[in-house]
Amino acid sequence: MAILIDKDTRVLIQGFTGQIGSFHAAEMIQYGTNVVCGVTPGKGDTRHLDRPVFNTVKEAVEQTGAEASIAFVPAPFAADSIMEAADAHIRYCVAITDGIPAQDMIRVKRYMRRYRRDDKMILTGPNCAGTISPGKSMLGIMPGHIYTPGRVGIVSRSGTLGYEAAAQMQALGIGISTSVGIGGDPINGSSFRDIIELFEQDPETDAIVMIGEIGGPQEAEAAQYSKAHVQKPVVGYIAGLTAPKGRRMGHAGAIISAFGESAAEKVEILRECGVHVAPDPAHIGHVVAEVMRK
Amino acid sequence: MDIHEYQAKELLSNFGVTVPQGGLAYSPEQAVYRAQEIGGTAWVVKAQIHSGGRGKVGGVKVCQNAEEVRTTAANLLGRRLVTHQTGPRGKLVHRLYIEAATEIEREIYLGLVLDRRMERLVVIASPDGGMDIEEISAKRPEHIVRKAIEPAVGMQAFEARELAFKLGVDKTLISQAVSTLLGCYRAFRDLDAIMVEINPLVVTRDGRLLALDAKMSFDDNALFRRPNISELRDKSQEDEREMRATDRGLNYIGLEGNIGCIINGAGLAMATMDMVKHAGGEPANFLDIGGGASPERVSKAFRLVLDDPKVEAILVNIFAGINRCDWVAEGIVQAVSEIDIKIPVVVRLSGTNVEKGKKIIKQSRVSCIMADDLEDAANKVIVAWRKHTGLAGK
Repeated sequence: MAILIDKDTRVLIQGFTGQIGSFHAAEMIQYGTNVVCGVTPGKGDTRHLDRPVFNTVKEAVEQTGAEASIAFVPAPFAADSIMEAADAHIRYCVAITDGIPAQDMIRVKRYMRRYRRDDKMILTGPNCAGTISPGKSMLGIMPGHIYTPGRVGIVSRSGTLGYEAAAQMQALGIGISTSVGIGGDPINGSSFRDIIELFEQDPETDAIVMIGEIGGPQEAEAAQYSKAHVQKPVVGYIAGLTAPKGRRMGHAGAIISAFGESAAEKVEILRECGVHVAPDPAHIGHVVAEVMRK
Repeated sequence: MDIHEYQAKELLSNFGVTVPQGGLAYSPEQAVYRAQEIGGTAWVVKAQIHSGGRGKVGGVKVCQNAEEVRTTAANLLGRRLVTHQTGPRGKLVHRLYIEAATEIEREIYLGLVLDRRMERLVVIASPDGGMDIEEISAKRPEHIVRKAIEPAVGMQAFEARELAFKLGVDKTLISQAVSTLLGCYRAFRDLDAIMVEINPLVVTRDGRLLALDAKMSFDDNALFRRPNISELRDKSQEDEREMRATDRGLNYIGLEGNIGCIINGAGLAMATMDMVKHAGGEPANFLDIGGGASPERVSKAFRLVLDDPKVEAILVNIFAGINRCDWVAEGIVQAVSEIDIKIPVVVRLSGTNVEKGKKIIKQSRVSCIMADDLEDAANKVIVAWRKHTGLAGK
């Protein structure tokens, strides 16, 4: 399979009956995602979009065998929903919600440490566009038609910049195995490194594209990990060359606060680690094409 | 969200951190009154602005008598202080904090921050206070003590004690130091802070431990559950345009260039700005209009960008997902025809229904230059800008 989700993955939607949850659930179902049920506390024993609704994630998992979840839960309650999914043995959870307090995410990450590695839920996001294995399954809010099925993996902090890369690749006839959004928050479920590790192990992925930005240590860590452990070629781009120090550029995580966090410094680290860095955001696709030809 | 020193001190003292006696003043008369109220023979008059480095630019002054307090206050109030953190426009002084002067024996640095790598709250401290942490870490990195706090149980007294001993605090002051450390930690945790900094934390000649300065920043995402903190917001300390943008639900940061940028998504916005620079221009702003690029938002975005007199050309880059390009195009047409725009506008649309979107803009006959992709858009906006400003061929 691709990584994280495949056409058979049984998907549960947290915040299923809300306006945003309903809208995107319908989009995902239309794309072909195997949505088996939803959870909205208090709406159990009803049906929505021709699927059952449960009060708790545990009950939903017991009844339907759901393995993956996507959360459209409002920020004040989102951390709680993520922990509920982890405790119900959901294997993979995508948190779309934007605006979760940082200390709530610290709590989520600490809570998830109670599970053994092989029993631990993988979380991507929050504040992300989701994950798509083109032609198989979509767990997100992206426009599915800009992704062609293929053998390149994408991991990106930003939603629309990830779309940009996918569209450039589509225009050049390059397909994608899975595209994963890890989100723009300072504390997130999975890092670039975590996802690159999955792509390296995936027999259906030949090359990896990492789309990062200013702020935080994750791009540099992923580059160093790739240098030591990744055989597949890695293409990179770092947004925020023009960003001033100390200012937050939209994403809560996009703020330069320490050495090695500016775009120029990150690009240098990526290059030193053998990542093929795109010179500008308009040439991400071209660099991938070049790398694939080799 | 940032708050003032006097607000941070009040919050921290509620958690058991000892601070010097002080009072707030909005006028020179009030400053003198505060000094008399506090008593003693010397006072410090401190400008309240959201910035560090005030001392270096005359924002903090020791005064020996009432007349000195009055003239210092008169001099500071209404002035713009420019520090290394404020940007060239500086920040306006509306409020002063008057404190009893302290005789200092030694200075300690104490900071609490969220560490992204460890995903925990980390205490950073140094026995060398008075300098900023960047300076300490450059000059004496070996003097920096770090302690990550286990989030499930929180900071324990023994951890605070260990830190205090490492900082060389005298044994008579250990229990005070422990209260200070635990107090800062609890304030951080209970108020959803993202930064607490006490620099310096001083030992006075008469053997007390005092927080001489205090800074706190809060998690904007958590303000919904901290109404007492939200109330402390001082809009006069924020950039006017950025504030207006925030109030309209847009995410804007003013920069020094002259190419106005309107983009959906923070990452794509940064990338587009990079592309403008790459093509030989300088972006005038960062502006993320959010995932839902509705006509109203597009219109608001145009007005916001045009408020900046430096802007001489506009680049719109929208990657439409769920919000189809035809819908976004209608917004652009509406905005451009409503507002009398006298500078070139370059539009790049991509994503769902892109052909329909382009057609709508073409048929409307508003004067937009259409671009096919990111590179084309950046090049076209630079060419149009040069032509518009008479820089063509240069």
